[in-house]
Amino acid sequence: MMTATQPITGQTIIEARGLRKAFGETVALDGVNLRVGEGRILGLIGPNGAGKSTALNAILGLTEYEGELRVLGRDPWTARAQLMRDVCFIADVAVLPRWIRVSQALDYVAGVHPRFDRGKAEGFLAKTNIRRNSKVRELSKGMAAQLHLALVMAIDAKLLVLDEPTLGLDILYRKQFYDSLLNDYFDRSRTIIVTTHQVEEVQNVLTDLMFIDRGRIVLDCSMEELEARYVEVTVRPEHLTAARAFRPMHERQVLGRSILLFDLARGGVADQRVAEQKLDRQQLAALGEVRTPGIADLFVAMLGEKLAAASAEGAAR
Amino acid sequence: MMTERSIDSREMAPAAVATTRPMYWSVRREIWENRSLYIALLSVAGVYLAAFVFSLIWFPTRMREFWMPHSMSEMPMLAPADRRISLAMPYTHGAMLMMLIAFIVGFFYALDALHGERKDRSVLFWKSLPVSDLTTVLAKASIPVVVLPVLVFSISVVLQQVMRLLSLMSLAVHGESAATLWNGLPFFEMDLVLLYAVITLALWHAPIYCWLLLVSSWARRATFLWAVLPPLALAAVENHAIHTAHLGSMLRDRLFGFGTAAFDLTDKNGVAIDPHFIPLEQIAPGRFLSSPGLWMGLIFAAVCLAAAVQMRRNRGPI
Repeated sequence: MMTATQPITGQTIIEARGLRKAFGETVALDGVNLRVGEGRILGLIGPNGAGKSTALNAILGLTEYEGELRVLGRDPWTARAQLMRDVCFIADVAVLPRWIRVSQALDYVAGVHPRFDRGKAEGFLAKTNIRRNSKVRELSKGMAAQLHLALVMAIDAKLLVLDEPTLGLDILYRKQFYDSLLNDYFDRSRTIIVTTHQVEEVQNVLTDLMFIDRGRIVLDCSMEELEARYVEVTVRPEHLTAARAFRPMHERQVLGRSILLFDLARGGVADQRVAEQKLDRQQLAALGEVRTPGIADLFVAMLGEKLAAASAEGAAR
Repeated sequence: MMTERSIDSREMAPAAVATTRPMYWSVRREIWENRSLYIALLSVAGVYLAAFVFSLIWFPTRMREFWMPHSMSEMPMLAPADRRISLAMPYTHGAMLMMLIAFIVGFFYALDALHGERKDRSVLFWKSLPVSDLTTVLAKASIPVVVLPVLVFSISVVLQQVMRLLSLMSLAVHGESAATLWNGLPFFEMDLVLLYAVITLALWHAPIYCWLLLVSSWARRATFLWAVLPPLALAAVENHAIHTAHLGSMLRDRLFGFGTAAFDLTDKNGVAIDPHFIPLEQIAPGRFLSSPGLWMGLIFAAVCLAAAVQMRRNRGPI
């Protein structure tokens, strides 16, 4: 497991030590340690069933867990109601009750939430085509997501958790969703955690990245560290052997060209005598075109083979 | 408001906290979602009123006998007590009908209250707001135990006054001279008895509603069967295995026994009271409040609610 020191600028928002959760025989979270600081936008990425949702549910006080977990200094399981004054979440695209009218949703949230700014929500809604007397069931999926986001963005929360917030939305709504989030909501005193399968969309949004696989965290780094550490090289054919000698994490073929992904902290010449020699960006630049890998490519490089192996193992049994 | 160890620098406006009333808004949102609660009562009251009007206008004598067993001309010949019973009958039937409808509506409301929100996943939205599971469950329990009884009482009283007015008008139009008899009906006393009945019925039926809420918080599907079959099956097993019927009679008593629990249904001479007009002196609050059945029921209700709160906490969407 890789460990990276995350630059914690402000206060610690979430701290977990040895977080564990099992459903019968299935271990959903297997000793997770994590720390999320104020002002970060963390992407929690993992294959289906990796434990993302379980982790978020634990953080939101929706499920019991073993181990230690503090969210804004509170135990989420015993203090969910109080915690929800400072934490917002959008669990899914379609959790707004279908019978509720837009005006009723505003009234209700204004009634129960001490930090809801109704004017702000009305302002966000004014930019959409959502009518005040529509029921949620009459809204399109995208409009329902806009409504939910307007409600959530009008709450002065310290932590926002988004679990697949754009699933099933068309590309315009998805783009708008993240644009509003960044432009109208996010500031350095807020923290956002997002899980999504549409990783390319959040690449430029995130400040931190976490990969989770079979209940364990397999990558935990800031985007700056990711850029500093991982390099993708489109290797010119004549340098392919030389490039492979640097022990890439992953190799793939795109339109007949070999794209190799290197971990600068681990790669290097396979030769034992020079194993200490660190690989650096200049060496790779000599082999071909160098760039920062996409999250999806890094994900496949780190987990793809494991996943393939696991499914092969599963098939063999 | 809950006191909170403030861990942030941003101050919340005190006014915002004061206007935040999770319980009030939780009850309101239940009424928004379940408009059938009052629509059912109002429309049945409307139909009943229409039938009453029909009986007054279109079939002055014949149909009136349907609502009142004696026609107006026979009224003065009756003993005063019987006269009151005859006159009170349509009003009492109206109130009883409201209670019956409220029971049916409350039954299905409670059965769906914690199941529906898991089924449509909206529980994830409700849980994203600072409203505790206890507040939510209590708000849902208050619908059949508080809100519906209040509706039953208010609608019955309004219905009663409208019917009374219409009767007086009808009598005036037909030139009948019995108007004084209508004024002789002690409406205030009837309303007090009705209020007492509505409150005691709510307390008596509270364990039923709380049991239904518990089933609704726990069952994944077929809430009706889970609510109804296990008690019936247990009663049947008791009947066949040990040839006693304690559970069965307990269930029957809980469903239908509220009248005998809350009222003295015989007068001082041991003569049975006609339930269409129960005089105020026949209410038995002391006996009702000291009956073990009431308190066992309320303890059972509290246990069901506590379990439902835990279920709401633990169970996610279905």
